[in-house]
Amino acid sequence: MTQSPKGGGSATPPGAAVPTLSAVPAVPPQSGPAERQHAGPGAPSAATPPSPAPAQPRRTAFAEGVDRLRAAAVTEPGRLRIIGALLAALVVAFGTVTAWQMYERSLAADDVLTRSQPLTSEAAGIYSSLADANTAASSGFLAGGQETEASRERYEKGVRDAAEGLVTAAANSDADSPSAATITELNRLLPEYKGLVERARTYNRQGFPVGGAYLRYANEKMQQDMLPAAEDLYQTENKRLGADYADAKPYPWAALALGVLALAGLGWAQYRTYRRTNRVLNHGLVAATAAATVVLLWLVVGHSVARSGLSDSYDHGVRSLNVLHDARIAALKARGNENLTLVARGAETTKSGGETVDAYDFEFGKNMDALGEGLKQAAEYADDDKGGQPVAAARGNMEEWRKRHASARAQDESGNYQQALDLVIGGKGATGECFDGVEDSLAAALDHEEREFEQAAGDGLDAMGHLPQGAGVLSGLGAAGALLGIGRRLSEYR
Amino acid sequence: MRARRLRSGLKGWGGVGAMAVACALAVVLALLLPTVRSHGEPGGPGGARGGGSGSGSGSGGHGTAHGSQARAAEECTDPEKQTLAPSDSDGPAIDAIRDREGEKRKLVVGVDQNSFRWGYRDPNSRGAAELEGFDIDLVHRIAEDVLGDGNAVQFKAIPTDQRIPAIQDGRVDMVVRTMTINCDRLKDVAFSAPYFRTGQQVLAPKSSDVTGYDGTLAGKRICTAAGSTALSTLERDRKDGRLAADADLGTTVPNQLDCLVRLQLGEVDAVVTDGALAASQAAQDPTVELKGDSFTTEYYGVAMKKDADDLVRRVNRILADWRADPTDGWQHSYEAWLSETMDDAAKSEPPAPQYLRES
Repeated sequence: MTQSPKGGGSATPPGAAVPTLSAVPAVPPQSGPAERQHAGPGAPSAATPPSPAPAQPRRTAFAEGVDRLRAAAVTEPGRLRIIGALLAALVVAFGTVTAWQMYERSLAADDVLTRSQPLTSEAAGIYSSLADANTAASSGFLAGGQETEASRERYEKGVRDAAEGLVTAAANSDADSPSAATITELNRLLPEYKGLVERARTYNRQGFPVGGAYLRYANEKMQQDMLPAAEDLYQTENKRLGADYADAKPYPWAALALGVLALAGLGWAQYRTYRRTNRVLNHGLVAATAAATVVLLWLVVGHSVARSGLSDSYDHGVRSLNVLHDARIAALKARGNENLTLVARGAETTKSGGETVDAYDFEFGKNMDALGEGLKQAAEYADDDKGGQPVAAARGNMEEWRKRHASARAQDESGNYQQALDLVIGGKGATGECFDGVEDSLAAALDHEEREFEQAAGDGLDAMGHLPQGAGVLSGLGAAGALLGIGRRLSEYR
Repeated sequence: MRARRLRSGLKGWGGVGAMAVACALAVVLALLLPTVRSHGEPGGPGGARGGGSGSGSGSGGHGTAHGSQARAAEECTDPEKQTLAPSDSDGPAIDAIRDREGEKRKLVVGVDQNSFRWGYRDPNSRGAAELEGFDIDLVHRIAEDVLGDGNAVQFKAIPTDQRIPAIQDGRVDMVVRTMTINCDRLKDVAFSAPYFRTGQQVLAPKSSDVTGYDGTLAGKRICTAAGSTALSTLERDRKDGRLAADADLGTTVPNQLDCLVRLQLGEVDAVVTDGALAASQAAQDPTVELKGDSFTTEYYGVAMKKDADDLVRRVNRILADWRADPTDGWQHSYEAWLSETMDDAAKSEPPAPQYLRES
């Protein structure tokens, strides 16, 4: 109590002093001297605040500059100097903006070709590998305790491919991006999943049904955590691909406008020289005009070619790749659900239109519809025989798959579980054959479209190849030309 | 007019009223029974054990029962006795099964494919996908009797909490899946006479400090199957204070065997399930064991549609034969499947059936 007024009292003087001390000197250095320096003759009126005269507006450095220019523009050499400076600035600006805009576009195009598209494929590959491994594991279970060599191989390969894909994806993703988080999550889940499957195998070998329970748990982890994460990764990469396309394709309007402006300026300057001196050619200005023209033409042609290349790579590559990836995912999901229908043996049901149906078989139906839709689209997008053939083959296999699946279901519905099993995972005549057929055809189609994409996108990127550097060099030369040309005219006044 | 009003009145209170009447009848009959001894069937070895629970509390006398479920459950005593007397005669339910044509002429049975030695698929039975086990033996026997072919069965694997909906929706003719007969379930389905006696038991790792169904479960994570009697018993006991309030019942799985997976992965500390199933889990993992004795007494029965009276009577007849059959009957199946993992058969065999349900 006794200290606080003291403290307050001692604190006040400095507090009060600060504003008075700082306020007084702070203002004059900012406005007063600055005005005096620049304002020249007009200064007195500004320096004395209680000026009775109508206060002249404060002069800025810019206004002063304009005044000086105005003064210079009265004489021809002054005008020429201004024109020369403007022309050089225009040409340099044109070159710089062109280089900058095209550099950005070629970076984006390069990302399309070497980063986002391969990563999208990689992400789709991770999804396929995981789904394939899971399907192989459940097929192994259906076949009995000791899975076949083929299904074991397939499972191992799926896990291996997924792990490799994750490494590639991790190397290409930014550390704090959502993709990196998803990849970390998948990297954590994959060994967990593999551990569960290994336990399932061990118990299966001992003849204990708890092996089946482990497999169910592993499957649950795959279906509920891993595959959604992989799908997420795919969607993210696909979005990034779209964004890269959007960055690579728009017209460089600023560069084009500056190019036209620079050419117009150069033309006007030459016309002016002609009017004043009757001389037709000014070497410097002609060289500048030529350089600017070359840059502008290069820009228009190069970008158009690149744009069409990129459009082609999208229309003939990415668009097809997207539907093919989706179709492949649908096929894998369908196969997984077909197996699970038999593994679960009616354990999971769902309501559809008031009727209770097998949940996995219901999902299978939806997956097959998605596959059919995807293949139909892919057939529409396929622009040559090489692309169309595998799609047609996949469709044929899908039709057969549907037929065989229906008869397998009929057997299962009649209680002939063993027959149903043979029709699904048996050798000849089983739906597994059709699934493999669809898979192989889709892989071939994907391969083809991938190549088409690389071709077209590579062409597009090449078209933009040295444009930024070229634009920089040429515009530098152009600016120099313009300055030299004007300089020559100036020298005539000495 | 009056009849209609009565019927609509019955609609509202029908279930509860019928239950109350049935229970009242049950009590009366139970008191009379020791002298009348229906049908004079031998009831299998060791079957004369009365079970000591027949003397009803006499609370079944309220004809105008109030609708509270607790009251209804209170009035339902000895659910395992609420079944129809055996009979051989056919009826609409059996006819419907027999009328199925061609490949479909099969008995559709809901079973489990994950209960070791009860209903499961031996992973090492190369190529063959047959289910086998104690329950499956019974299913074959029923099919043999009803359709003349023990293999005329379509097995449907059913998660624990789907057993009753599957029967009600007509997806299966019956459920033979270690299903406990209890009062709640009797409201929705009809049960056969009991064919197995068991009780809830605790399963935990040998190294665990859990000693049984007692205070050592405090703060532990306990796994049960969704829709199982284990879960409902634990929930009730936790409310009543028999089970520590901080016991965590959050982990429920579709099948009791999934609990063993969670236990092995360290996601739970103990499993509660029927002793019969707990034993089959312990048989698959030498590092876990049953802790303490079973803390309830329960009976497995075959569940059928509530109105399939002829089928219930027929199954009861089949069960009686099965238990009496010295060569290929209950005892034989017990020896084949369960004797290895469970002790004395006498503990598992239910008492001689009583058929207290009239209609």
